[in-house]
Formats: sequence, structure tokens, C-alpha cells
Amino acid sequence: MPDPRFKILTSASTSGPGDAGRTGSWRVERPVIDMSRCIPAKTGKHACHLCWLLCPDNVVSKDIEPEIDLEYCKGCGICAEECPVQAIEMVPDADFIEGAERE
Amino acid sequence: MKMAAKTTVLNLTEEEFVHPGNRACSGCGLSILYRIGVKALGRDCIFVVPPSCLTVMQGLYPIAATQMPVLNGTFASTAAIATGVKAAMRRLGRATQVVAWAGDGGTSDIGIQALSGALERGEDIIYICYDNEAYMNTGVQRSGTTPQGSLTTTTPFSGKSEVGKNLPAIIAAHNPAYLATCSASYPLDFHDKLLKAKQIKGLKYLHVQTPCPPGWGIEEHMTVALGRAAVETGLFDLYEIEDGCLQLTGPSQQLLGKACLRPVREYLEMQVRFKACSDEQAAALQAQVDQRWAGYRDKFK
Repeated sequence: MPDPRFKILTSASTSGPGDAGRTGSWRVERPVIDMSRCIPAKTGKHACHLCWLLCPDNVVSKDIEPEIDLEYCKGCGICAEECPVQAIEMVPDADFIEGAERE
Repeated sequence: MKMAAKTTVLNLTEEEFVHPGNRACSGCGLSILYRIGVKALGRDCIFVVPPSCLTVMQGLYPIAATQMPVLNGTFASTAAIATGVKAAMRRLGRATQVVAWAGDGGTSDIGIQALSGALERGEDIIYICYDNEAYMNTGVQRSGTTPQGSLTTTTPFSGKSEVGKNLPAIIAAHNPAYLATCSASYPLDFHDKLLKAKQIKGLKYLHVQTPCPPGWGIEEHMTVALGRAAVETGLFDLYEIEDGCLQLTGPSQQLLGKACLRPVREYLEMQVRFKACSDEQAAALQAQVDQRWAGYRDKFK
């Protein structure tokens, strides 16, 4: 039987996403993938997947057509910078706000 | 020791152990490393982490960003705590891997005595130092490994005047079971070196250069490109030392075949922290790199 005094000192966090909240709100520009250029989407085979490998926040999926989880994407743009065929473009997030007027 | 089969993007496991939505900065080099590194270590491991960016990334109670158990310790005792955890695991008869993962301040400045002791005792742990070349977590103060000429908040005008410590060389002088240097820009290389380290008994030390966008003054999307520039200019070499024998690995080994490397100036100009770096300092650095690589070419050709 463990000493109850030490039990108080134990911190047991549960593992889960989002302890900093929805980090997607940090983003200024969002990555948009052009599927006609993206290597796995174009060839229909698993290949390249550099965006998945180099994403710091694990929001890009390793699928034939990669998907980006915009809820948590911090918008760093590493995927766009490292894409060998420049299939990813960083687009200002404000363009996607409905009803917002832009000059 | 035989080199294990190379991991590629395609056969790297899809299982993720780190959750999104953590507190790491946007474009963090450590996040890439940590995400890919944990894939190599697998579920059966315990992390020992001193105060560092990694503690921040793990997050606050009650949510943690990792699925592995993490023990947060004090700065000075990382390797000592890891020793204790390993001893407990041995007593319980478990083969659990104990991994100490500290920053450069926690390794080269504050934690070096505990690490030196553990190295001397030959403890069976993996020690990973992610080197972002300053105390980034507390707001970019100069550390032992900060390179000469680098601007930090404690060397704000003319940059650090002293030369940074060559930490891997200090560790190599202890004759560890395995020593390797890696870069955050080559996560697969790091993954393979960790797989190798897992098979070896004794203290395994991995030194990883980790670009830090806010601390180094680079744009967030340049993290990987900058780390690659550091390797391609020859400033940061990727090598491993086994049984006292140094061997260049991966991208650095490929550089041996090239007649001339990218100029160091290119790497310095990419970062705001080297804005105060004088031409003489840059030239001296270039001469140092050239000399080192001439030595490598003599040795390995």
C-alpha cells in the first residue's frame, strides 16, 4: 500500500489534443493544397508525403489526397516551403471569413 | 555494428504519439523532432525532461501533449533522475527505455555535472540534447553553446564575444557507448540514429541542432531550410561515434564528394541574430569550417 502522503504529489495528466486550445486561431495564413500538382494526388500512389513528415504539429494526413486539420494548424508554412512541386500555397485566412469585405 | 535498414517517409509509422494543439511556437524545430523521435522510441519509454521548451510543449495539467509518461525534474539533475528511473525499472524487471530530453542550457551549462557523472558510470539511458543555441524558453538568453557573434537578449548589441562550446566533443571525451549528432531538418536521420541507439547498452548521447524561429530571427516557414543550410555549409556536421571511431553520416557524408560547400555567409545572412556579425568574424568562421572539412576529406577519402 503506497504511503498516501506521496499520492498527493502525483500529477497524472491525461493525454489529449489541445491543451493550448484551438491553435488554428494563431494562424494568419492557411495552407491550401493544389491537388492537380500534389505528387500523391496526381499519381494516385503513396509517394512524397514531405508535408506530413515535416509538419511540426501533426495536422497533415498521410493520405493520397493530404488533408490539413485547420482546427489546429498554426500556419507556419513549412509545408508550403518544403513542397517539392510548390503545390501548397499560403492564403490569408481573412479571405475565408464569410461576409467579410476586402479592398 | 551493422547499419539498420533505412527508414523512408513511406515506411515510417503513421501512428502519432504527440497531439496537436500544444504550446510550441508556430514552426518549431523541436516539434518536428519530437514527433518523429517518439515514433522511433515507441510506447515503452519514460521521458525525463528538465525545464525547457519541451516542458512547455507538454502543457499544463490536466492535459498533456504526449502519450508517454513524462517526469519533469530540475535543471541540474536530468541525468541523475534518469539514472534513478532506470534503476527502478531494473528493479521491477522491465526493459523500459529511459530517455532524458534536455535543451542546450540544461545540458551544456546547468546539467553538465549530472550528465558527466552518468557518462562516467555508463548508465543505460538515452540522453538527447536539442540544441537551439540559447535559453529560448525564458526569452533568448545566451547559453554555453550560443555561437560567437550571435545576438541574444543578454548580448544585445555586438553579439556574444566568446566562442560556443563544442558539446559533442566534451561528451566524446567521456567515451560514451554511442554518440551522434543530428539536425531537425533531417528527422528521418534522427529516427534511424535513435533506432540504433535503442539497441546499444550504455549511455547513448544524441546532439540535435534545432532551429528556433523567434530566437534566431527567421521566418516560421524557414525552420527546415535553415537547418539544411547549416549542414550544407559544413557548419554543423552530422556524424556518429561508436567505439571511439568517428564516421560522417547521411547528408554530411554526401558532402564529402563535393568540391566546395555552400559559403557560410549564406547561412549567417538568413538570420537576424547574426546581424552584428562582422566580416572578420564571418571570414574566421569560414576558415574554421574549411579547415575542418579539409581534415575530413583527408581522413575519409
